[in-house]
Amino acid sequence: MSESPVSDRLVFRHRLSTRLWHWVNVVALTVMFMSGLMIFNAHPRLYWGHYGGAPTDVAWLELPRFPGWITIPGEYSLALGRLWHFGFAWIFAFGFFGYLIWSLFNGHFRKDVALSAAEVAPSHLWEDIKKHAKLDFHSDDARYNPLQKITYSLVLFGLIPLAILTGLTMSPGMNAAVPWLVDLFGGRQSARSLHFIAAFGFVAFVILHVTLVILAGPINELRSMTTGWFKIKGRSA
Amino acid sequence: MSTFITRRTALTGLTIGSGALLGGCDALSNSPEFQALLTNAERGNFAIQRGLTDRLALAKEFSPEQMSPVFRANGTRVPVGEAYAQHSAANFVDWRLVIDGMVARPQSLSLAQIKTMPARTQITRHDCVEGWSAIGKWTGVPLKLLLDLAGLRTSARYLVFHCADVYGGIGGKPYYESIDLIDALHSQTILAWLLNDAIIPVGNGAPLRLRVERQLGYKHAKYVQRIEAVSDLRHIYGGKGGYWEDDHGYQWYAGI
Repeated sequence: MSESPVSDRLVFRHRLSTRLWHWVNVVALTVMFMSGLMIFNAHPRLYWGHYGGAPTDVAWLELPRFPGWITIPGEYSLALGRLWHFGFAWIFAFGFFGYLIWSLFNGHFRKDVALSAAEVAPSHLWEDIKKHAKLDFHSDDARYNPLQKITYSLVLFGLIPLAILTGLTMSPGMNAAVPWLVDLFGGRQSARSLHFIAAFGFVAFVILHVTLVILAGPINELRSMTTGWFKIKGRSA
Repeated sequence: MSTFITRRTALTGLTIGSGALLGGCDALSNSPEFQALLTNAERGNFAIQRGLTDRLALAKEFSPEQMSPVFRANGTRVPVGEAYAQHSAANFVDWRLVIDGMVARPQSLSLAQIKTMPARTQITRHDCVEGWSAIGKWTGVPLKLLLDLAGLRTSARYLVFHCADVYGGIGGKPYYESIDLIDALHSQTILAWLLNDAIIPVGNGAPLRLRVERQLGYKHAKYVQRIEAVSDLRHIYGGKGGYWEDDHGYQWYAGI
């Protein structure tokens, strides 16, 4: 098969809903994480079950307080940390629901995120893993690759709902109103632990995400997430 | 759109974004306008919880096996001052609970009188704003029965709980808390005099402690001496409805 030279071309990759939600999340998640660490600092121990907090209760994790440069606010204030956290929780949660609904209507999930049967075939997945391992991010179209789709699906339908629901579960008012929620997570202290784990799940995702953006070409990736247009590198013959 | 502008836009956005986050959050935290904005978002949480959820919904009650081995004490461990020390030494025989303000029949009840009233026992989870929880068994008189005794006037909208403990030593700030009538008349809202079948330890609020089971710990006033029915919280101490609300910026509604 002979290959003729192909010049660079721009393709439209990211819809407005995706771009908007992405940048809202950059701010909202950062504030949620940093103010969350402030709230954690008020009692930096985590437990499983319904109760926990007396010196005799067994904590599965005990940490020193997070330093001021990574908390909001920088000086210890549980009250302000809570204000920030619950204020931006509106932006984060409603941003997510808005994106969910918008993406159902514009076909984003069906067309871009859903995995086809061929993509989840072990041989295909293995090819994609090898391609990632070689840091080869070239593609002839601007579509998400299978590993990318799996990661986004885990975040969209696993991590984000887990964070929102465990957050709601820590509210004693919500516990009375929606009692099954606290039972689902096995108690308020379990929900607090899972919320903390979810927060660091986001950190892991962001590290992976930003690393891959840098490896794949940060300018092109940033442009496509800002304007929607993604450049596909041409091939010389 | 040219690459150059896009690149610059993106970089500017990033710079402003990270600058605002790292340098600006504390400036925003200290801005009264921004705090007011966040406080309004918080009031939105209150409005949504009250608006969308069942106002009579009960807090979960647990079985005896699920109780915490140790019920942690927090905040005031021992109220300062001679008066409380004498009450404590005398097992609170002379402790009185005053109910006044916007009521038809002001009351001054002894602990013995309160203990003859019908009591409710509930094993509930106590959630501190700091994040920890303890499950304990509380016994006490439903607040509604005390309010019926005193006869709330129709103008009464809040109940203020005046406590025997002060923060910051003698001459410091008296602890107080307040709740609205939805929580005051709720069937699990009690003025407890037993914790885990024993007289409440001093650290947990002897001899009388308010239980408002759907809210965080700082609403559960300890060492309650007086219940005042009011139409408005603005004229009580700092005007925000409680010691922590006035002095430390905690929210009046602590259901979150």
